[in-house]
Amino acid sequence: MLNKFPLWKNLLVLFVILLGALYSAPNLYPDDPAVQISHENEAITEFDMGTVTDALRAEGIEYFGDVVDGRAGLVRFNNLETQLRGKTVIERTLGSGYFTALNLAPTTPGWLQAINAGKMSLGLDLQGGVHFLMEVDMEAALSRRMENNMSNIRQLLRTERIRSRALTLENSNLIQIRFDDEQSRSEARAVIRTNFAELQPINREQGGSYLLELSLGAADILQMQRDTIAANKTTILNRVDSLGVSEPVVQQQGVNRIVVELPGVQDTAQAKRILQRIATLQFHLEAPPGSPPSSYTTYEYQGQLVNVSNEVILQGDRVANVRSALDQQGLPQVVINLDAQGGEQFSRVTRSNIGTLMDIVLSETKTRSTFVPGENGEIVEQQETYEEKRLISHAVIRAALGREFVITGLSTTEANELSLLIRSGALAAPMYFVEERTLGPSLGAENIEQGTRAVYIGFGLVLVFMLWYYRIFGIAANIALAVNVLLLIAVMSIISATLTLPGIFGIVLIVGMAVDANVLIFTRIREELASGLSPQGAISAGFDRALSTIMDANITTLLVGIVLFSIGTGPVKGFAVTLMIGIVTSIFTAIVVTRAVVNLIYGGRNVKTLSIGPYA
Amino acid sequence: MAVFGRQFDFMSKGRFFGIASIIAVVISIGSLAINSLQLGLDFTAGSLVEVGYSQPVAIGDVSAALREAGYEEAQVVAFGSDQDVLIRLPVDDTLSDTEMASQLVNLGDDILAALRSTSDSAITLHRLEFVGPRVGEELAESGGMGLLVALGIVMMYVAVRFQSKFAVAAVVALMHDVIITLGIFSLFKLQFDLTVLAALLAIIGYSINDTIVVFDRIRENFRIMRKGTPYELINLSLNQTLSRTIITAMTTLLVVFAMLFAGGESIKGFAIALALGVVIGTYSSVYTASNLLLKMNVSKEDLMAPVKEGAPDSMP
Repeated sequence: MLNKFPLWKNLLVLFVILLGALYSAPNLYPDDPAVQISHENEAITEFDMGTVTDALRAEGIEYFGDVVDGRAGLVRFNNLETQLRGKTVIERTLGSGYFTALNLAPTTPGWLQAINAGKMSLGLDLQGGVHFLMEVDMEAALSRRMENNMSNIRQLLRTERIRSRALTLENSNLIQIRFDDEQSRSEARAVIRTNFAELQPINREQGGSYLLELSLGAADILQMQRDTIAANKTTILNRVDSLGVSEPVVQQQGVNRIVVELPGVQDTAQAKRILQRIATLQFHLEAPPGSPPSSYTTYEYQGQLVNVSNEVILQGDRVANVRSALDQQGLPQVVINLDAQGGEQFSRVTRSNIGTLMDIVLSETKTRSTFVPGENGEIVEQQETYEEKRLISHAVIRAALGREFVITGLSTTEANELSLLIRSGALAAPMYFVEERTLGPSLGAENIEQGTRAVYIGFGLVLVFMLWYYRIFGIAANIALAVNVLLLIAVMSIISATLTLPGIFGIVLIVGMAVDANVLIFTRIREELASGLSPQGAISAGFDRALSTIMDANITTLLVGIVLFSIGTGPVKGFAVTLMIGIVTSIFTAIVVTRAVVNLIYGGRNVKTLSIGPYA
Repeated sequence: MAVFGRQFDFMSKGRFFGIASIIAVVISIGSLAINSLQLGLDFTAGSLVEVGYSQPVAIGDVSAALREAGYEEAQVVAFGSDQDVLIRLPVDDTLSDTEMASQLVNLGDDILAALRSTSDSAITLHRLEFVGPRVGEELAESGGMGLLVALGIVMMYVAVRFQSKFAVAAVVALMHDVIITLGIFSLFKLQFDLTVLAALLAIIGYSINDTIVVFDRIRENFRIMRKGTPYELINLSLNQTLSRTIITAMTTLLVVFAMLFAGGESIKGFAIALALGVVIGTYSSVYTASNLLLKMNVSKEDLMAPVKEGAPDSMP
């Protein structure tokens, strides 16, 4: 009963504390405001950086740490104000083709980066920016698909000479066809089965007419929803790039929603306009050699220049479905389905153009800043929108193409990318904003300030209280509490959790609740002393007997934390994360670290009394 | 063994506090039924705009400026200081999704323009939040669901680790805490938003923690004490854990008050809910939960778990 930890146990505690200190250290190094520079096609060169730094010097803007890092360049500034001015100067100097983005560059020393120690990222409520939740209109996407099917079926019935009375779209997922007699219906059912395998037919009789009802199965709807949201996500990602945000978040949430987080963005109206736009897709033929320059546009495609005729042979809205698949030989291909009208139009054009190249052009509306002299001679930034056109496919027409055709000769990644791009131009469904949270940077800074102040005050009060109430044992508990906060921050940094304002309050709350385990232990020790045990015996018994209570009490709290995490969104999730990690670290520190300190103070010698407070 | 030098006969007041709890719960439910909750933006849908003025501004002027610009239903309140103003706008149900979205695009700029036209001071947009009707509904639904799931999980855990009577007592005590906290929010018309919901779940976490500590001691005493009626043993357990109960409530309240007074405006609701919850939760683990155990005739036989005599505390 000497209450001594073996050496390895003390070393283990020390090791854990050191590790905690090491991995929470990066949070002490504040990021530098910086501007990241990139070019749409080429890598940034030392020459570019020279131009930039010359311009900054000429304007008298202080900067430092300009480097070329891979394909991009980075310039650091002393404060947010010079960063903004710097960005404007850089944009103006480099001109079009270059992108600049506000950025926060880490200042963590190399040896910390070498052990992968990073810092917690700050939530939007702490650094300012915009959070959008966009809902994709799946109903619209579904009814568009069914309308396509309906027009195709109408044509199929006509060519097969099957008489039907009416085709109607009853709701977004129900096509109803009326027949006068049962025979027409069964013939129709047979041809539709072979041509539209995805549609599930049901026969119904109503007031003397024979009905055939067609709808998509649950699995197909699910697939369609997945494809649609992927298409919309691609569209958003394409656009967010043009907003100049360094670390945007674009994430799917649930079946039909997309979360977009743009840290640092201030002009939210602009961001909203850009995000809501829909890209368009057009099919063209390659301009024959010798055609007048006014009749074609030149694009770059995989390093070569292509002259694309300005005549549109097919609009993107005729595309009914796109998917990447493997052909019989197992080679990747992109399968494109058109609607009936599109198919007809397409087969007419392609029949007479076999051997010609077909091009697909994707247009995106984007925004850029230009600089014009203002009234007082100063330079004013102006936003202008422009259409960015991109050639995404350039392939030979090998046969007359109908409603379904394939593009081959691609690698798997190329096929996937192409089908995503075609989708984003042709199949992205309408999106609505269903939630927006914008926070100015000053409010973010205020939140950080108030949050940390609450942490300091709360922490200080608890330290003083424990010291006053438990004396020497209070010191042990306070050391454990400090280690607890250290470990909590270290774990959050290691998993690069996002720190939100409720997250900070989670830390405050954990500080208040974490001492509970020590209080349980100390009250036990007092009880054991009162019942006549020796000081050493009381310490040992107190720790042992409190253990099961501590475990039971904390496991239930942890379970509640898990529920909170699974139902919460955004900031509340942040609170749940700190709560859960805090519970686990507090069990460790209260039991192991407190014990280690108490053992160091009292262990291994003959003790007459314990300093555990006068209030027993 | 008494912590404060004397033994309290908690259980003798059981009847009185039992009735007090029932009255509090009835009043809370009544208030929730009549007043319902002052639901925040997170649950009701609508827009919220926080703007900062460079000089102190009168709320009346802001409302007038907004009314003039056509925002008839705007609610304006001061936020923390006389230079910060919070504007709430309800959702117009007659609009379609598209119309709502297009209106939202310029909302911040429109409001700033309206305010600037009538004021000389510099006005900055601090915060803009918009929650669509469906999102709010779903959030309320998943929040209610979360509370129920949390209660269910706690009940199962206690039933497995202790015994079913303990599980019922614990969950009734938790519901008591949640209902009274909600009742106070309803009675005093405090804003109920997402952070308050998070606080409610944290309260469940805190209160169950407290209750478990008491139950643990009751279980231990039931197993090791050869003499004593359940009444005496529960009383003894409450006295043995009293000091810990009070100290933990103290330290938690210390940090909660730090949040309340130093944490700024946006965390007030959260801190108030926690402060209420800690007090009610502490009370309920002493009175409600233990009282219920007694009422359910908990006996030593209920806890004859397959644990070896002499090692009542060993972990499974």
